[in-house]
Amino acid sequence: MPRLATLLRIAAGALLLTFLAVPQRFAPLFAPFTEYGAPPIYDQGSLPLLALAHLGTVFLAAAASTVVAVGLGILVTRASGAEFLPLSRTLVNVGQTFPPVAVLAVAVPLVGFGETPTLIALFAYGLLPVFENTISGLQACPPAVLEAADGMGMSPRQRLLTVELPLAMPLILEGIRLSLVINVGTATIGSTVAAKGLGEVIIAGLLSNNTAFILQGGLVTGLMAMLLYEAMAALERRILRAAHVA
Amino acid sequence: MIEIESLSKEYGPATVVDGVSMSIAGGSITAIVGTSGSGKSTLLRMINRLVEPSRGRVLIEGRDTATRPGHLLRREIGYAIQGHGLFPHRTVAENIATVPRLLGWQAARIRSRVAELLGIFQLEPGEYAAKFPHQLSGGQQQRVGVARALAAEPRVLLMDEPFGALDPIIRGQAQDDLRGIQRRFGTTVVLVTHDMDEAFRLGDRVAVMTQGRLLQYDRPAMLLTHPADPFVSRLTGTSDRALKLLSLTTAGDAAEPGAGEGPVVPASASLRDVLAALLWSGAAAAAVQRPDGSPAGRVTLAAILARGRAG
Repeated sequence: MPRLATLLRIAAGALLLTFLAVPQRFAPLFAPFTEYGAPPIYDQGSLPLLALAHLGTVFLAAAASTVVAVGLGILVTRASGAEFLPLSRTLVNVGQTFPPVAVLAVAVPLVGFGETPTLIALFAYGLLPVFENTISGLQACPPAVLEAADGMGMSPRQRLLTVELPLAMPLILEGIRLSLVINVGTATIGSTVAAKGLGEVIIAGLLSNNTAFILQGGLVTGLMAMLLYEAMAALERRILRAAHVA
Repeated sequence: MIEIESLSKEYGPATVVDGVSMSIAGGSITAIVGTSGSGKSTLLRMINRLVEPSRGRVLIEGRDTATRPGHLLRREIGYAIQGHGLFPHRTVAENIATVPRLLGWQAARIRSRVAELLGIFQLEPGEYAAKFPHQLSGGQQQRVGVARALAAEPRVLLMDEPFGALDPIIRGQAQDDLRGIQRRFGTTVVLVTHDMDEAFRLGDRVAVMTQGRLLQYDRPAMLLTHPADPFVSRLTGTSDRALKLLSLTTAGDAAEPGAGEGPVVPASASLRDVLAALLWSGAAAAAVQRPDGSPAGRVTLAAILARGRAG
């Protein structure tokens, strides 16, 4: 069955690229979802540019969540930072359970409209998977291996960088992948506060009662999330094979 | 060589090691035995300061171990543990090269040292250097673990139940290898074990610990013939101590001039094995043979019986 899966991936990728490149070709497909001669294809901006801006926001937020979550995960798994584990876990959980829409509502009065409140919301929402996976990965290092690293005379820093992080890498990368994929979907809400992204298409559809727009925005976002998941999984396999920790 | 002076370790109200003093001669093997919870591993780990002593000090070649950062001290002391603790994401060669790399050796020197050690441990470098630990058998993993501990030519090697995870046949082989390597390099070995037979087989001296205290520290034969404490005799076992005593002497050491008509035994065989051979064959004396095949004399049944007697 792996061949079928590969074919599906290629088909999904081709569909996404074709739609972004020549959306008007798909007009007959979306026409039945419009009323009173409304445009069947989003025409208030460039779809490829919106998709790029959308991805850019997601990656920027994921990079920030990764740095903070991995750093925090390392800190609370050191003997000196262990007492901060419950507090950090609570904070990160709040980031996940506090609805991103509410984060936007709180952030806009503080930082204004645009990209920034969206980045804050996505950053908070993406912390949990990376943080929990970093902790699991670091805690799963075999005690005998850590004892050997200490016994060989590695400094704590050498042990972390050359033994613990490489061994925790599979789980950390998996956490980053989850965080990225969740946020591709979540980022659509950024358009309510004037961030550039595919949410614009959906919101335009909602405002003008145009189901075709809503479908297009949802479809492009969904395809991007799916393909990003697959691309990240492939990248992970490469990295792990190179590091021999798969 | 290693001076341990009134060393203690306390965790809160619990005293794990209680004022242990002992002097370990350079180039010898010392086995520390005791039941679990006797503090033997903690004592070992205080020598390389994986555990910091609460009181007392350790001198290695006259130098107080507390005067240097712990991780720098540990680079000069070999350390091998049960379950080997090999780095699973590194090849056999990289694992062995760990400490030389930490010490900043030149790449060429590391390469030749790794190849030398693989040879010593009967692991063909061409075949094994690039393998990963999970591709090796348990016995091979254990050998790589010891090779890694010896990589930077340490004067002292600490071993915590190094053979605990091996099956009996491989364990015997590993013990013989350790003996050979220790003689070859003149390394001072301190080994923790709960296996009395292993302690007797390897130890030039055996230290018996219970409840954090050192009960007796002496040559194996003295533990059998002059136990300092009832616990020592319980640990060594009283029912077969005559046989244990015989196992401490080799045929080569006990040989007397003359020719034996009975079975031929190697000079390295223990008197216990010679006795078994004599009982089996019904002969009264065995001929002892040196490794090169030349005769080394004979061992008579009467001589063996005399050595197995108390006192």
